Parts: sequence; structure tokens; C-alpha cells
Amino acid sequence: MTGPGRRGRRRRKGPLVVRYLLLLVVLALTVGPFLWQLSTSLKGPGEDIYRYPPSLVPEHPTLANYAAVGRVIPVWDFALNSVKVAVANVLTNCAGAALAGYALARLRFRGRRCAVVVFVMAMLVPVESIMIAQFMTMRQLQLNDTLLGVVLPGCIGAMNVLLMRNAFAALPYEVEEAAYVDGAHAWQRFVRIALPSVKGTLAVVAVFAFMGAWDDFLWPLIVLSDQSKFTLTVGLNYLHGTFANDQRLVAAGSVIAVLPLIVLFACLQRYFFRGVEEGAVKG
Amino acid sequence: MGMRKSAPGGRARERGGGTAIRPHLPTSPWLFLAPGLLVVGGFSLYPFVSTVAHSFTDARTLTVGQFTGGANYQEMLHDPMFWTGLRNSALYVLGVVPPLVVLPLLLALLVRRSVPGIAFFRAAFYLPVVASVVVVGLIWVWLLDDRGLINALLGVLGFGRAGFLSDPWLLLLSAMAVTVWKGLGYYMIIYLAALTQVPRELHEACAVDGAGAVRRFLTVTVPAVRSTMVLVAALSAVNAFKVFSEVYLMAGATGGPGGEDTTLVMLVQQAGTGLGGRVGYASALSVVVFVLTLGLMLLVLRANRGEDR
Repeated sequence: MTGPGRRGRRRRKGPLVVRYLLLLVVLALTVGPFLWQLSTSLKGPGEDIYRYPPSLVPEHPTLANYAAVGRVIPVWDFALNSVKVAVANVLTNCAGAALAGYALARLRFRGRRCAVVVFVMAMLVPVESIMIAQFMTMRQLQLNDTLLGVVLPGCIGAMNVLLMRNAFAALPYEVEEAAYVDGAHAWQRFVRIALPSVKGTLAVVAVFAFMGAWDDFLWPLIVLSDQSKFTLTVGLNYLHGTFANDQRLVAAGSVIAVLPLIVLFACLQRYFFRGVEEGAVKG
Repeated sequence: MGMRKSAPGGRARERGGGTAIRPHLPTSPWLFLAPGLLVVGGFSLYPFVSTVAHSFTDARTLTVGQFTGGANYQEMLHDPMFWTGLRNSALYVLGVVPPLVVLPLLLALLVRRSVPGIAFFRAAFYLPVVASVVVVGLIWVWLLDDRGLINALLGVLGFGRAGFLSDPWLLLLSAMAVTVWKGLGYYMIIYLAALTQVPRELHEACAVDGAGAVRRFLTVTVPAVRSTMVLVAALSAVNAFKVFSEVYLMAGATGGPGGEDTTLVMLVQQAGTGLGGRVGYASALSVVVFVLTLGLMLLVLRANRGEDR
């Protein structure tokens, strides 16, 4: 970790070698733990997972643990629940945030500042400090223990609304003005002109909405109690609590939970990074 | 959606075609805003008001509760678990923020230059951010197990085994390490964005003057990304104070032996959920969480404003 300080040595080749060595060390530290979990999940019952010295490559790789974890908990149902929650979260956030963001950025009306303040205030309230009240609300709506109850509180994030507002506000006025003179009304201008121009930000919202819903733990843990409704994260916690002694099973379960996201990340990498950079630059 | 499309818009068009006075009907902005305002109002602002209101009652999950004034807050002051939770959440901030301000900056400097393969390294360093905190927690529970990989390596190096998951203090430290490990990539990207704003010439001029790498880091890089460092400090502080999942997974639902590792948010979750949940008391704890994070959050806003200028 003392690395980057050394990076600027005068000679040409030396620093590059040092740089790659450091990169490899950090790589081992960040990816290594994932590989160890993957390796554990592939080791059969005949192989000692506590062995000295530890071996990263399984002697006889097997998928048996993946089948076994499906027998002790309904892990594929959990995965399906997670998919449902994540997809719903993407759709509602994209639609709701785009609509509201467009109105805040492009339509002039009385109370606009007020509406902005409402979203900013909502963004400032930490979920952790209102989750008990949210849980009570869900009970009143009889939505506790349903996937709808998992999705609803975060289905249009205030932060996403403000992100979309910034994206719409950055578009040049002229194009929309032309459409307006041609007689296009607000909805048409939104759908035909503004929305196609903010696809990038919309993709960022979608990617983070998916990841947020897929990875969320605390809220589903509170609102769900019936095992058949569990999402993967809550299901994994249950697996860990009940079958903690079988590390191979826990490892297989966590690989199932993390693999889809790694694939998503590998395919849509630029949106992950763009979102954070834009957020940081524009604030 | 169909309603919104045809009704208000259609009439606006008729008018707009003529004199171009009003870009839309007065109701249409509110139709655009309705879903967002409803969700945000119903599931963020209303719960907040109701949390504050409940904190002055003895409500339970199944009973409405009576007004009890500041009884919940008084009880909190005499509840040793509250002080344990507050101590741990505060320690978490102190333990997690310094490494999360410094290490990601060093990482960003390491992956900044575009050498061959750098995109792969950047992506790989971001991997722990993408993974769920539950997966990350379980991975480290296994690594830090009494018979896990890290204790095996310690054994090879001639050290004794450490009870990372059984000693209360080591447990808290381990959880902090996991939070840092998971957050590195996230803050690295924020620093990377900030570093692109630092003019190269400054570095080169400094190098010509014969300043070493450490000196250039301290005299050029750090001042240039100072506002970003404040932002990262504030963001990571807010998140650290609200820590739940890492400790919950590594120490168990009750926060380790004797509840020694319980955090404030874990207390909220323990007190307020389940059929016998003490909603009133949990709400009072929530209000404390809110007030204390708000202070840290105001810092975030300030840092953000500094960024814009």
C-alpha cells in the first residue's frame, strides 16, 4: 500500500515494473478472496478445505455443492425473487426519475423550487433512521412479507430524480424550442426529444438501481419473514446461520449470488464508472 | 400513463400551435412529478415524521401506544446497550474514515496512468463494490475463520491463531477492515475523476525542480484533490456511522459475545422488528441515528458545494 509513492523513479523501465508489481499485489488482495470462495465451492467432500498448505485449485472440481445448496434451501427461488425485485426497481426508477427529473429541469411552473426541496430533503433522510416506520406502513398496507413491499420504498429514489434533472438541464434548449414552435406538447417533447438525449444517464440509473436492489440486505431482512419470499441476500444470511458448518455450501450460495452481478458489471462497466464520475463532478 | 399522454398534452398542443404563450397546461408538471412525489413523500418524508412522533410513545408492533413524553429518551440514557452501540458506531467512523480517505487516493494514483491492461485492473479493484455486502461478509467470515485461510497463513508465518471472529475487539476491527476493503474501489473512482482535473504540468514542473515522488504527492496532488478528500471523508463517515450488515453477518444478529459489538442501527433493528417490537423505543433510537448522521451529512453538502466552485 506504500506503493504509489515509489512510482516516480527517474529511470524508465524500473517504475513500470514496480507499477505492475503493485497492481498485481492489489489485484491479489481484491480478487483473491472471491477466488478463494469460488475454489471452496468447487471442492468435493473428499477434499480437506482446511488443509495445510491451502490449495487454491481444487483437486477434483465438482458442481455437487451447487446442487446440494439447492436441496437445503430453495436458492433458485431466492434468485428468482431477487431478479423480480431488481427488474422492478430498474423499471420504476427509470420511469419515475425521468418523468420527475424532466419536469424539474424543463417545465416552468409554480412550486418547482418547492418540489426540488422535497426531493433534496428525502435524499437527506437516511433509510436506517426510518425503516421501522416504513415497516409499520407496510404492515398497514398489508404489504409486509411481499416482494412489492421490498420494492416500494426505494422504487423512485430521490437521488435518481435529481440525477435525471441534472441530465435534462444540461441539454441545449434550442432543439426543444424548435419542437415547441412546431407545436409539440410537453409529453411529446419529453418522449421524442429529451429522453433519447439522456440515454447515458438513464443507463447509469438503471445499472445502479439493479445493483442496489440485488445487493440490498437490511430492508428485505426487516420486511420479509416467510422463507418463500426471501431474496438471495436474506436467503444467504439464513443459509449462513443454519448451515454455517458446511463452508462448501455457503461458498456455493454466495457464488450464485455474486456471479450475475459480476457478469453485469463486466458487460456494462463503463456505466458503473461513468455514474460515479458524473456524480462526483456534477455533485 | 395513457391518461397523461392524451389528455393534458393534446389541449396544450392546440394552444401552443397558435401563440406560443404557455408551454404546457398548469397541471402537466404535476402529472410528471406525481409518481416521484408520492413515493418520496409516502416512503421517506411521512415515515420520518411518523418516526419522530412514535419516539414519544410506547407503541409496539401490534398496539398503537400512548404518549409518554421523553420516556424513551430517558430510558435510552440508562440503557447500557445504547452506549455500547453508540461507542461502536462512533469507533467505526474513527476506524474506517482515515484508511478510506488515504488508500483509495493511492490506488487512484496507481491506476491513473493508462498502461496496457489498466482497464482490467481498474475493473478488478472495483469488484468488491459490486458484490453484495452479504456475499462480502460471508467471504471474510470464511477467510477469518479459526481454521480459515488467514489463520492458516498466520500459522505458516509462525504466529499464533487469532480469534478474529470471537474476540469482541478483534471482531470489530475485522468488520472495519471488511468495510474498508469493500469501499476502496468506490472511492478510487471518485479520486480518479478528481485527478483528471489536476494539470500535468504542475507535476512535471515539480519533478524538474527535483522534488521526489513523496514530496510531489504532498505538495501537488494532495492540495489539488483536497475538496475531494473532504467529500470522501464525509461520505465514508456517514456510511460508517450507519454500519449494520458487516457486523450483523460477522458477529451475529445480537452483535457478538454479550452484544459487545452491537451498533446503533443493529439496536434499531433488534428493538423495532418482530411481533413484540418496541416501535416507540426503536423510533427514539432512530431519531438519534438521524440527528447524528445529519451532522456528518451537512459536511457532505459543504464539500459538494466546495466542489462546484
